[in-house]
Amino acid sequence: MKKYSGYLIALGLLMLAPTMIYPVFLMKLLCFALFASAFNLILGYGGLLSFGHAAFFGGASYITGHALKVWGLPTELGILFGAAVAGLMGLAIGMLAIRRHGIYFAMITLAMAQMAYFLFVSSPFTGGENGLQGVPRGTALGMIDLQNDMSMYYFVLAIFVIGFLIIARTVHSPFGQVLSAIRDNEDRARSLGYDIERYKLLAFVISATLAGLAGGTKTVVFQLASLTDVHWHMSGEVVLMTLLGGLGTIAGPAVGAGIIITLQNYLASGPLAAWVPVVLGVIFVICVLAFRRGVVGELRELIKRQF
Amino acid sequence: MTQTDDFILQTRGLTKEFKGFTAVSEVDLNVRRHTIHALIGPNGAGKTTVFNLLTKFLIPTRGSIAFNGRDITNAKPAEISRMGVVRSFQISAVFPHMTARENVRVALQRKLGTSFHFWRAAKSLNKLNDRADELLGMVGLERFSEAIVADLPYGRKRALEIATTLALEPEMMLLDEPTQGMGREDVELITQLIRKVSANRTILMVEHNLGVVSTLCDRITVLQRGALLTEGTYAEVSADPRVKEAYMGKAA
Repeated sequence: MKKYSGYLIALGLLMLAPTMIYPVFLMKLLCFALFASAFNLILGYGGLLSFGHAAFFGGASYITGHALKVWGLPTELGILFGAAVAGLMGLAIGMLAIRRHGIYFAMITLAMAQMAYFLFVSSPFTGGENGLQGVPRGTALGMIDLQNDMSMYYFVLAIFVIGFLIIARTVHSPFGQVLSAIRDNEDRARSLGYDIERYKLLAFVISATLAGLAGGTKTVVFQLASLTDVHWHMSGEVVLMTLLGGLGTIAGPAVGAGIIITLQNYLASGPLAAWVPVVLGVIFVICVLAFRRGVVGELRELIKRQF
Repeated sequence: MTQTDDFILQTRGLTKEFKGFTAVSEVDLNVRRHTIHALIGPNGAGKTTVFNLLTKFLIPTRGSIAFNGRDITNAKPAEISRMGVVRSFQISAVFPHMTARENVRVALQRKLGTSFHFWRAAKSLNKLNDRADELLGMVGLERFSEAIVADLPYGRKRALEIATTLALEPEMMLLDEPTQGMGREDVELITQLIRKVSANRTILMVEHNLGVVSTLCDRITVLQRGALLTEGTYAEVSADPRVKEAYMGKAA
């Protein structure tokens, strides 16, 4: 059990956190932590730099918003529906991009995500520049009123934990082993008889689905889906979170998301409000130059050297 | 095309052109079952190109390849691997961020049929550990099963590569310069290993080190400028004046 004690402590802290910290801020943090963790599955464990994950995050956010507001689906079904649509988008984009490597893969995913962006801007159901507003939070499992921020928080926490467990399991599964092998040496994995494209595609679809899960949940929290979530800035931001926290570590991206979201929040209300992108840019440069493994990656290395 | 059962791998008129340049031209290769067959030739003779054609990493422009009498000209690399033809690479092909045992297990786990199961615990692979350790033992790596492969010395990595290949129980192993870049000690180690694993198997290897070729190989095919120069035993081939000429240039 010692192996998991760190996670259990983290979970305990997250359970207690809303008594001290504004719950809506915490929920935002959890949504992005899940988004970054999902992204890490494809970059950190699959070795594929997707520059279009905003399409899945923001796409699911619109779909969930529409399903809840217009179709009146129960909250949890609306979120799952958004995630499923994101997964299908991941399948479509993945099938086109998965045979490409490195920068070409990044370019195709970016191009596809931009197409999705324009689709969402011009579709009437998204509300264009105004966004999709007034999404009802509804109830969880038909019993718990999510209008209350505290119950909403625990609902989001549950979704985060489930998503995080799916990612952790995927990494430590027979599939995860093959995925690591492919990341390490693609040609060798091929010569051992693996159809590597199919493995990469499955990883991409899981990643897109969970990014969608995060996006849909965020819509319910803020009762709003907007263009910000589907914009390519968001694709860049999730790369930053993942690298800052630690690429290819289980907890890293969540930590990175925590740092970025906290910074954005604090800076936005201070004298540096107009300088947020610059501050984040400087942090990114420092991260790349000085601690390339990211916060969690460097800590892990430090612990390894101590013993 | 007539196929003799005696030959495990045969090519007919194998040709590969790259934008007007003919890298491999009309090569008829016959590899006898249960032999160690070497593919040699001076630099630029097209050995590696032939090798990549055989392993499907390149598509031939013309010609055909048959494995056990079955046409595999248009098969994919992963397909021929599942048929029992497994290749190695010029630079060591290992999975550096995994342990030695995990490396071998990746090869073993395909047969379990759970390789797409992302919901199953990796612990379910532990039942393969005994077989993996046995294979590591065969190549003298039993002490390194828990080591991260990136930290192993070069010769050990090549040995691990052979263990990983053996895990697939291939009928035929294709080795691309297995002793390239090795010190004398490692060359000796790998030579012995290849001999050991060649029992009941066919091995085709590209090799520069003629010492290794002369001690190991039953049959030798010499390539020159993409075409087949001659084929025979080491004694026959080394006595052939054309072979000397190919390596040394025309004697004055």
